[in-house]
Amino acid sequence: MQITMRVNGDEVTRDVEPRLLLVHFLRDHLGLTGTHWGCDTSNCGACVVHMDGEPVKSCTVLAAMADGREVRTVEGMITNGVLDPVQQGFMEEHGLQCGFCTPGMMMAARALLDRNPHPTDAEIREGLSGQLCRCTGYATIVRSVHWAADHPAAAPAAAGAES
Amino acid sequence: MTTVEKPPYERPIGYGRLLRKEDPRFIRGKGNYIDDINLPGMLYGAILRSPYAHARIKSIDVSAATSLPKVVAVITGKDLEPLKLAWMPTLSQDTQAVLATDKVRFQGQEVAYVVAEDRYAARDALELIDVDYEILPAVVDPRKALEPGAPVIRDDKEGKTDNHIFDWESGDSAATDAVFAAADVVVKQDMYYPRSHPAPMETCGCVAQVDPIDGQLTLWATTQAPHAHRTVYALVAGLPEHKIRVIAPDIGGGFGNKVGVYPGYVCTIVAALVTGKPVKWMEDRSENLMSTSFARDFHMHGEIAATKEGKILGVRVNVIADHGAFNGTAQPSKYPAGFFHMFTGSYDLAAAHCKVTGVYTNKAPGGVAYACSFRITESVYLVERMVDCLAAELGTDPAELRLKNLIKPEQFPYTTKTGWEYDSGDYEVTLRKALDKIGYSELRKEQAEKRQRGELMGIGVAFFTEAVGAGPREHMDILGLGMADGATLRIHPTGKAVLGVSCQSTGQGHETTYAQIVGEELGIPPEDIDVVNGDTDRTPFGLGTYGSRSTPVSGAATAVVARKVRERARIVAAAMLEASADDLEWEKGRFFVKGDPERGKTIQEIAMGAHGSVHLPDGIEGGLDAETVYNPPNLTYPFGAYICVVDVDAGTGKVVVRRFLAVDDCGTRINPMIIEGQVHRGLTDGVGMALMEIIDFDEQGNCLGGSFMDYLLPTAMECPDWETDFTVTPSPHHPIGAKGVGESATVGSPPCIINAIVDALKPYGVRHIDMPATPGRVWEAIQKGKQATA
Ligand code: FES
Ligand code: FES
Repeated sequence: MQITMRVNGDEVTRDVEPRLLLVHFLRDHLGLTGTHWGCDTSNCGACVVHMDGEPVKSCTVLAAMADGREVRTVEGMITNGVLDPVQQGFMEEHGLQCGFCTPGMMMAARALLDRNPHPTDAEIREGLSGQLCRCTGYATIVRSVHWAADHPAAAPAAAGAES
Repeated sequence: MTTVEKPPYERPIGYGRLLRKEDPRFIRGKGNYIDDINLPGMLYGAILRSPYAHARIKSIDVSAATSLPKVVAVITGKDLEPLKLAWMPTLSQDTQAVLATDKVRFQGQEVAYVVAEDRYAARDALELIDVDYEILPAVVDPRKALEPGAPVIRDDKEGKTDNHIFDWESGDSAATDAVFAAADVVVKQDMYYPRSHPAPMETCGCVAQVDPIDGQLTLWATTQAPHAHRTVYALVAGLPEHKIRVIAPDIGGGFGNKVGVYPGYVCTIVAALVTGKPVKWMEDRSENLMSTSFARDFHMHGEIAATKEGKILGVRVNVIADHGAFNGTAQPSKYPAGFFHMFTGSYDLAAAHCKVTGVYTNKAPGGVAYACSFRITESVYLVERMVDCLAAELGTDPAELRLKNLIKPEQFPYTTKTGWEYDSGDYEVTLRKALDKIGYSELRKEQAEKRQRGELMGIGVAFFTEAVGAGPREHMDILGLGMADGATLRIHPTGKAVLGVSCQSTGQGHETTYAQIVGEELGIPPEDIDVVNGDTDRTPFGLGTYGSRSTPVSGAATAVVARKVRERARIVAAAMLEASADDLEWEKGRFFVKGDPERGKTIQEIAMGAHGSVHLPDGIEGGLDAETVYNPPNLTYPFGAYICVVDVDAGTGKVVVRRFLAVDDCGTRINPMIIEGQVHRGLTDGVGMALMEIIDFDEQGNCLGGSFMDYLLPTAMECPDWETDFTVTPSPHHPIGAKGVGESATVGSPPCIINAIVDALKPYGVRHIDMPATPGRVWEAIQKGKQATA
């Protein structure tokens, strides 16, 4: 079947199997490998992207269900070459180690801040409770989200962390 | 020795808080993990796995699968037999089936491998493979596996008539018995360290490509040990080693899960050879949890002997170790139970002894994984639980009892009763720091008040000593490969550097930490240093990353190679300055003439000079590049004092970890931010182990922990806001005094939390509760206690 959607601002149209998952569509068909896959049961959140501004687990959404929608992935977090404060915050506060959960974690954090620009610790933890990370122990992720909340306009990348 | 950390630098050259060099790609979604690799014409592999724990394979019919459109090949064990690849050696010198031919021996075992044009088609084909099984009785309990008449799992091994793998002992049994016989107090406790799984967020997988012309095999794989894997492939498949290149790109967490060589890798290599196309294989989560390296599964009986004044005299332990269907544990060959004989812990004992019996069962193979420092997790859990049991028996405070028995600073280097030589430590300072910082006596007051009101609050104390950085190669090898590590350091004419190391980052931030070590030694800023790991063509040989060995071994290699460069630089600088090399003095980044600090050359100038026209003394070839192999003289022994506070809901049995303080000593601290992250990770493992994680089986050997719905991992909701602190006792034998920290918290935190829970349940007379202390188990313990006291 043919589907059309807007991904990170660009319109894409592809022929796909009806059973194709959105996560595989993004990764295998569009080459947007920043969105990861980590489980069979919708538990890990490595696959979180935004669909019409709402966070969704892209392993639990068929590509066909995104037809006509606006999808945003980690690759679309940068705007005009400026990092999203959430991205910056994760670097500043060591919110990542292996980086595998990070794209989903950051997309979930972005969605949280869009709803609630100044969340408390408890609200951050709850907002990210659908996300698993095996590396960080979450405390630095909580700090990263606070950093982003405290710096709504992202600063230039800090020393030692420019690309 | 306790020191205060310097304030964070903007951008330190050398040690200090430095943001990670690897992060810019990860936060942009530009990491390069195995499943991100896409090669032209690439095919996809998928594995058919056994639904039974123990069954004879009567026949396998692949015809329907083969005729499915998009399916390129279906490979079974029978196809591998002529290639002598149906079985492969394990890291413990056993054998493991690559694809089962005779029997399946655990649920999830590899039976057939499909190659197709896309991942969905490969999965479709799995459904069409028809395997005729004759179900055999499964052996699930390792104690029953040892009983006479138990079904023999490994009848593939000639003459094998039981399920026994090994008996292994350490310490002095007679001396220990004598100490126990004379002791005032002996406390005994059975405990089970449950089977768990490292479960990195990225599952295992690989991409194999074979060049049809020169036969070069390139394997991108989720491996923590690329060089060791390459050698294993050379030995297993008979491929010439120089024609194999193993690349570990970004790895989404390892924790020991990515040390072993799994059948999936071997099958994918075969598929690439057979089809002539690149082939990708990626496990799904259930495959990862059900078939790859599990951890622990130790049934322990511990005994501790002491005087009535609370001087601990001895510890003895009997262990039944469940190794699953193939003995596939990864540890130095000499030690079939890993480093379990670290069970004497941090205490000065008169005698100690352990006996470990390894057993086959119808479960997945593995055993040494999950940030365990080769089973020091089990040993620390054992001794720290036993010390708490003793404290309960004596009616003493568990912190006081520890303070009384910790090894004293003047006893270092300290040789334990099982033969370890602890390098350095000042344990009491670390424990006292933890007690002060958390406000231990106030917490005890709070607890007493809460008990009055019937509220259940528990305080847990644990002290651990780790042994990491394996290891001296005359004692430690895996499959005959000594556990040394190499480093190469190239200095370009403009003074930029490329360091090649044999260890493998799985998220620990090696690109940053090693650049800081080079920076500390040579004064080159971190942005001018690239660290290369994970490519056997670009890095020197070494055994990889596990057992917290990266900083102790590769970190040492890095310092040593940087110092070699510095010594070369001294000679070149002397020629450039027309001075004698002996007359030069070093300050970070620069040589200058003694007494004339203005006359000097920076490392960058020297690098250019080394490639320039300056006349160098005879025997000096030019260039500054150097290489080294570091063979550690001993292990390093990080340690720490952990204290936590839990609240238990008496009505539901739910445990909340309210506070957790970790005071770690990992010797010299390179990047405190990264160290803190490592500690946080391990503490989270503690919450998982103690409260949630278990891979259990039913009587038929069905795995009950095969998904994240069943195998529960901690989320942000279960974790407190970790509190950390540190002391610094450098390792005397390590070039920079660093000890390694990757697994400390995983080792130290589970007993701390269980001790706290048992402490909370004291009003109910509970002396021990097995992990995971799920609400159900805690509730049951409370009910039992109520009945007993009613
Ligand atoms: S991949 Fe785990 S929730 Fe989507
Ligand atoms: S950073 Fe590795 S899983 Fe979160």
